[in-house]
Amino acid sequence: MTTSNRARSTKLAINRLKETPGLDAAAVDEFLAARDVPIVEGSRVTFLYRGEADSVWLKHSVYGLPGDQELRRLRGTDLWYLVIDLPEGSRMEYKLDVVRGGHGELIDDPLNPLRSGNPIGSNSVCRAAGYEPPEWAEFDPDSRPGLLEQVVVPSRALRRDCVVTMYLPARFRRAASYPLLVVHDGSDYLRYAALGTVLDNLIHRTDMAPVVVALIDPVDRLVEYANHAAHAKFVTHELVHELETTYPLVGAREGRALMGSSFGAVAALSTAVRHPKAYQSLMLQSGSFAFTDIGNEHGGGPVFDPVVKFVNGYRDRPRKVADRVFLSCGMYEPLIYRNRSFVPLLQSTGMEVRYVESRDGHNWESWRDRLRDGLSWMFPGPHKLVYE
Amino acid sequence: MTAVILLGPQGPRPNLPQTLAALDIAGPIATVTAGWEERETDDLELDQDVGGQTINLGLFRRWVEVLDLDPPFHEAIRQRDSVLREMRETYNLRLDYAMQAVYAVQSRPGSRSVREAELSDAIEAVRMLDTHHFTATRAVYDDFYDRWPPHERPAVEAHRSDVAALIERAATVAIAGGHVGVLQACLHMFNVAAVLGDRAVVAWSAGAMAISPKIVLFHDRAPQGAGHAEVFDAGIGLCPGILPFPDARRRLRLDDPARMAVLARRFAPLACVPLDEGGRVVVGRAAASCPPGVPVIDKHGRVTGAAA
Repeated sequence: MTTSNRARSTKLAINRLKETPGLDAAAVDEFLAARDVPIVEGSRVTFLYRGEADSVWLKHSVYGLPGDQELRRLRGTDLWYLVIDLPEGSRMEYKLDVVRGGHGELIDDPLNPLRSGNPIGSNSVCRAAGYEPPEWAEFDPDSRPGLLEQVVVPSRALRRDCVVTMYLPARFRRAASYPLLVVHDGSDYLRYAALGTVLDNLIHRTDMAPVVVALIDPVDRLVEYANHAAHAKFVTHELVHELETTYPLVGAREGRALMGSSFGAVAALSTAVRHPKAYQSLMLQSGSFAFTDIGNEHGGGPVFDPVVKFVNGYRDRPRKVADRVFLSCGMYEPLIYRNRSFVPLLQSTGMEVRYVESRDGHNWESWRDRLRDGLSWMFPGPHKLVYE
Repeated sequence: MTAVILLGPQGPRPNLPQTLAALDIAGPIATVTAGWEERETDDLELDQDVGGQTINLGLFRRWVEVLDLDPPFHEAIRQRDSVLREMRETYNLRLDYAMQAVYAVQSRPGSRSVREAELSDAIEAVRMLDTHHFTATRAVYDDFYDRWPPHERPAVEAHRSDVAALIERAATVAIAGGHVGVLQACLHMFNVAAVLGDRAVVAWSAGAMAISPKIVLFHDRAPQGAGHAEVFDAGIGLCPGILPFPDARRRLRLDDPARMAVLARRFAPLACVPLDEGGRVVVGRAAASCPPGVPVIDKHGRVTGAAA
């Protein structure tokens, strides 16, 4: 390789564009038409926006990077750019804040077709070098689908009728005996983390055992999921009891598991803490395990007050509340240090703990990407017994 | 000499039709698809592949019927399987430590002669553990059959007679893959080995494992990482000297000779035979060991032809 070629190969595309003689709109058109945006070149990622604006900002929640980063305008054009470092294997969600006449408009990146959904809208997605969405989360026509059906479980504890979506695995048999997994924020897991597809695929591929899944949803999430006695009572004494009467379930601690993410993980853990003999396994994703070492300033606002009280109490008196705990968290979440600190704490109680980190943030696709790790660990499939 | 033929997975390019054609045996083919469990009757493609002359023995359906018709027998099986499950968990716990010791010794620097002596001893410890588990598992079955003789259960006996009559009409028996535990249980329950006579038997994937002398479970590429190969139980022993490893390229770390060497040494004198798609091993029923020329995993962890 000649020196000039080597320099060319290491120079970022945006810098090569800058050097284009007579840079004009047509050159920018050609530049954009030839590339996926953001432009990923090794560990360097170039974000772009095209259009008239007073300023353009990259908005994201990657913990460790400056919060708002301003894009620069390429002289003589309406193209704005920003280059950041993003380690291999990373996945990042973001928006662009386009400011005109003193008013900002928060938008998904119009040059990037990749989006992720969440209960309050959508984000653009940047896939760094080395990140691939898991193929087991994609629809597979060979995987026989499970059945989704709704049941209504009256709850005296919550003083309402709770609509629960049940997932019954393919080839569901009344004569069999299935473990039960209760999933907090179940509808969001189905909608934004492809949980139904993932279950279909993992069970079909014998990566996990067939399970019956109860997908539950809160009405007032920040209350019900923040160490709420009525919620724990509903799940353990009403929901599980009702389902074990209705469906062919193992019907014992060995066949019960709880799962949740963020506040849902707090709900799962606090339910197990209140009923330490009821569940064998917990799957806690990006748990909002806020705590203080001294004083009461936790920075999370009033909704976190009961969470902090609960977590501080558990840290003061850690105890075994299940046999096995799967814990996962994104490195780009502020919660990463709290979750890391939870690992030795949980292990100290004698529980078997599996902890997995990823280069991602606090979002549903990050939780989707860890589903196989957790589900195949909690419910090992018969892959060692099946040879087609 | 009657043939026993082991095949690899029957994927998009099945070699079962050519294999059966080469046998040149006229007459119906009795099929066992019990390893497919609830999908047992989804055998149209199989039937078409071999010319539409199959008789499915329906062993899984019969198994379910027996359990439904004979609740005390069902409960006894459930209790037996609960004991076996606990034994398997405990065996795997011990196996993990024993295998970690093997790999730790194997990768230890220093004198080669010392390392080799210690490695042999570490592998011998695993072999003893395997033997213990195999013997203990067989003892549980022996005890079960003593207390619950299947031939004294009317539901079982009726099905055994049916199965024997169906096999009597067949010229060849073909045993498909699937869940090897279910398949092995069905073959035992309906006493298939005893009524095969001198018919040719063609078996693939889990079917090949179920007719081997010993069933060894394995998966080096599972979602939670490589597990250790584990002794599961006895097969019906139609291919002496052979330990089949179906779909080996996908399931085994054949690219790790050190790991494969341990596998081969652990199960010697049985020959570890990789059975991939398109693979075929022909064994005489009277053969005492793996025929020469069959690809095996050797003591150095490489796939080579078996020594003559």
